[in-house]
Amino acid sequence: MATKRVEEVNDITIRFSGDSGDGMQLTGMNFTETTALVGNDVSTLPDYPAEIRAPAGTLAGVSGFQVHFSSRPSHAPSDYLDALVAMNPAALKNNIGDVLPNGLVIINSDSFKKANLVKAEYLEDPLPDLRERFQVIEIAITKLTREALKDIDLSSKEKDRCKNIFALGLTYWLYNRPMEFTQTWLNQKFGKNQAVLEANLTTLNAGYFLGETLEALPVSYVIHKAKIEPGTYRNIMGNQATAMGIAAAGHLMECDVVLGAYPITPATDILQELAKYKHFGVKTFQAEDEIAAAGIAVGASFAGKLGVCTTSGPGYVLKQEIVNLAVMTELPLVLIDVQRGGPSTGLPTKVEQSDLLLALYGRNSDSPMPVLAPSSPGDCFTIVLEAFRLAVKYMTPVTVLSDGYLANSSEPWKLPEIESLVRAPVKHHKDAETFSPYKRDPETLARPWAPPGTAGCEHRIGGIEKDYETGDVSYDNNNHHKMMEVRAAKIAGMVRDIPDLEINGPESGKLLIVGWGNTEGAINEAIKEAREEGMEVSSIHLRHLNPFPANLGEILKGFERIVVPELNMGQLVHLLRSEFLVPAERYSKVAGRPLRVHELLKHITDILKDEA
Amino acid sequence: MAETIQLTRKDFVSDQDVRWCPGCGDYAILSSIQKLMPELGVPKEDILFISGIGCSSRFPYYMNTYGFHTVHGRAPAFASGAIVSNPDLSVWLITGDGDGLSIGGNHLLHTLRRNLNMQILLFNNRIYGLTKGQYSPTSKEGTKAKTTPDGSIDHPVCPATFALGSGATFVARTVDTDLKHMSMVFKRAAEHPGAAFVEIFQNCVIFNDKEWEEIEDKKTRPDAALKLEHGEPLVWGSSGNRKGIKMRNGIVSVIELSDDDDPAEKGIRIHDERMPTPGYATILSSLTRPDYPMPIGVLRAVESSVYEDDLIGQIDAAKEQRGEGTLEDLLYSGDTWTVE
Repeated sequence: MATKRVEEVNDITIRFSGDSGDGMQLTGMNFTETTALVGNDVSTLPDYPAEIRAPAGTLAGVSGFQVHFSSRPSHAPSDYLDALVAMNPAALKNNIGDVLPNGLVIINSDSFKKANLVKAEYLEDPLPDLRERFQVIEIAITKLTREALKDIDLSSKEKDRCKNIFALGLTYWLYNRPMEFTQTWLNQKFGKNQAVLEANLTTLNAGYFLGETLEALPVSYVIHKAKIEPGTYRNIMGNQATAMGIAAAGHLMECDVVLGAYPITPATDILQELAKYKHFGVKTFQAEDEIAAAGIAVGASFAGKLGVCTTSGPGYVLKQEIVNLAVMTELPLVLIDVQRGGPSTGLPTKVEQSDLLLALYGRNSDSPMPVLAPSSPGDCFTIVLEAFRLAVKYMTPVTVLSDGYLANSSEPWKLPEIESLVRAPVKHHKDAETFSPYKRDPETLARPWAPPGTAGCEHRIGGIEKDYETGDVSYDNNNHHKMMEVRAAKIAGMVRDIPDLEINGPESGKLLIVGWGNTEGAINEAIKEAREEGMEVSSIHLRHLNPFPANLGEILKGFERIVVPELNMGQLVHLLRSEFLVPAERYSKVAGRPLRVHELLKHITDILKDEA
Repeated sequence: MAETIQLTRKDFVSDQDVRWCPGCGDYAILSSIQKLMPELGVPKEDILFISGIGCSSRFPYYMNTYGFHTVHGRAPAFASGAIVSNPDLSVWLITGDGDGLSIGGNHLLHTLRRNLNMQILLFNNRIYGLTKGQYSPTSKEGTKAKTTPDGSIDHPVCPATFALGSGATFVARTVDTDLKHMSMVFKRAAEHPGAAFVEIFQNCVIFNDKEWEEIEDKKTRPDAALKLEHGEPLVWGSSGNRKGIKMRNGIVSVIELSDDDDPAEKGIRIHDERMPTPGYATILSSLTRPDYPMPIGVLRAVESSVYEDDLIGQIDAAKEQRGEGTLEDLLYSGDTWTVE
């Protein structure tokens, strides 16, 4: 065997793509876990269709999983691919546009038959043309997999299911990854079925060894460990971090968590994850619909527990009447909206920052509610804890705007030290002598929380306006005005309790980029590249969207131009303009995928060129 | 245990003025509940009344217990959240025919089938009162109301039949003018483990007066209503107008009886509220005037597992098997690695 060359590179982006039944998500997740464990920084982007099994071989059925890994800190999934694995012509067609010139394209040549080409709507064989522009590696993956498994007693159909593992083995060789993680994972998954386990382990090896011998692949790559902050890490997806945040809140606040939820993409994973957390004392309740799910959570809050809901846009809309009752009765509640593309059913599996204005203004009358947004998968954990803290301290519902990208993408997450997590046990009001349901804390304006079971504090509350003093039903005009003011003042006053923004770059200048939510990684990358090209640009990233941090207005005034990249038609920009009377500019991308670094970089370049 | 203080009806009267229309059937129901409360032996602070929207849903404001006046139709969801949070509570859900069966039909169905421990009192006056007189899902076909000047063309739903179809383990009916009967039914409901559904024939004096006149009026009631009692024959009627019900293969026949007839000899059906399947109770619930008497009392009372008990059972079992989860377990278990 000829010795192959090994090249060191800093940065690789690979995408695994195939039919939605081909196991591409599992392949990508295995590659990610392995890569995270060897110490690279990783950022992933799963992309799958809303249909569970669209017709095999069609463009609609293509499922993909992108992994960007690096020896440097990196927080964006990357716009372009160094390598693409395409298990069929449809996968090739959907993804080839993202591959860098002369990039690596590994295809399963067995699937490039006439019928599949037709399903992928190729009028002619695309390979001759592609061979000119890319390094196309054509491997008979189906045939080689069957060949490797000829001595194993499984049907051809079962053997063919191992194709993805063959591709995984090959990429492990290509990027010098160890196979142990996947071997252990296969053992856990198929341990009970010896033939299937053996088939998968054999195929993994076969893929790996093919890399060693295949002449078409003369080079393998080494990506050194990234220099990342010392600590203990795990690979985390946003929905996992959210689930952990919810369970952790119960422990840190010494109060049971009650989750009311109804399955909805892309939030369902949180309910599924928490249903496994019973030994942490979490109560999950799969409701009959989105409205009931919210009612269950608010009922739990009234009963003195930590009520929480997880949902996505169409469900969040349905909950608003219930949320408004929580605003009116001033009960703590955490609502997690894993936003997706809209309007209506929209793009259930694709990302959009769709619901900011809905969270702020989507209820009848003036109904103030704090709104937070995590900026990375791991940040979901932190922001969920912050939401519970604010909800209980201020007796209010709080919305967390996660999204489909944060939910399913992953990053190595530095685990917080247990001692560093703030313990804030819930203190219910117990003293009957001093109790009045709407007697507010002079500082926070929060009312007392006295759940049923507390002797002497029996009281009745509901959605009808309350008397400012007693909390009894009141239809008095002036009282209503006073109550509207105090509800608004309570939420506005939370500004004292949230941190000031830190500015990335000079405090004044020509251009400020203002982001929120999942775009932080892409914005930071674009700014880093802009600076490398000699441009001067600053950015801020909002995690608190209501109330805004106290120093936001001051920061905005320091810049000639303010650009607000958002995965919507311009929602934050609308708020900034109306709140601060600044000429903030919209930069909208609503393409169902994360913000692209090179596109934003071009926008920044164009603006600063204009100014020059 | 704290020393038990004997509570009286007055302890359950809140300081709020009751604002139902004079003559409304709700007054009698409120009074009956307030009288019953001390008998239940539940501490006042453990009692929670939850309602939706409508005339009946103002009920919690008048009870000196915990109370939550929520949103239209969704009270079962709030009640479910409360009882899973604190299974020691005595939860009473107050709803009406519009709140419970129109906007809230879905929640009612699922709450009944899950068998969460609560009493659900549905005040059925066959009209929308708080919005001033529109027909409701229980209004008889042809009801002329403000939105149906030519008579309603909806086929009505029967609350008790709906509850039985939803898998309710306890279904009963009572009448707002029969205090003794109401009290008996409410008490039975309170004692039932799981969801106890009670339909109350309730008079709306303003928008649908005399809807239940035959059953509400003490004079006509014996010939219009059949008072169910477990183990007793299905017999009703005043002296000289005595009748009984025979049931064979699901076919119901009305048999005329003399005052001296032994119903058993005549093959009259014996009421069994504990039938394991709901078929018999469903047939009873669907009997209606004028061809049949209106059965009132407990139609069905069977025991089944209670949602929140099972939920807590699973949590306890998980803790037993896996040990009580700590923050350390939550964050640091699984595939982690350390960067020096």
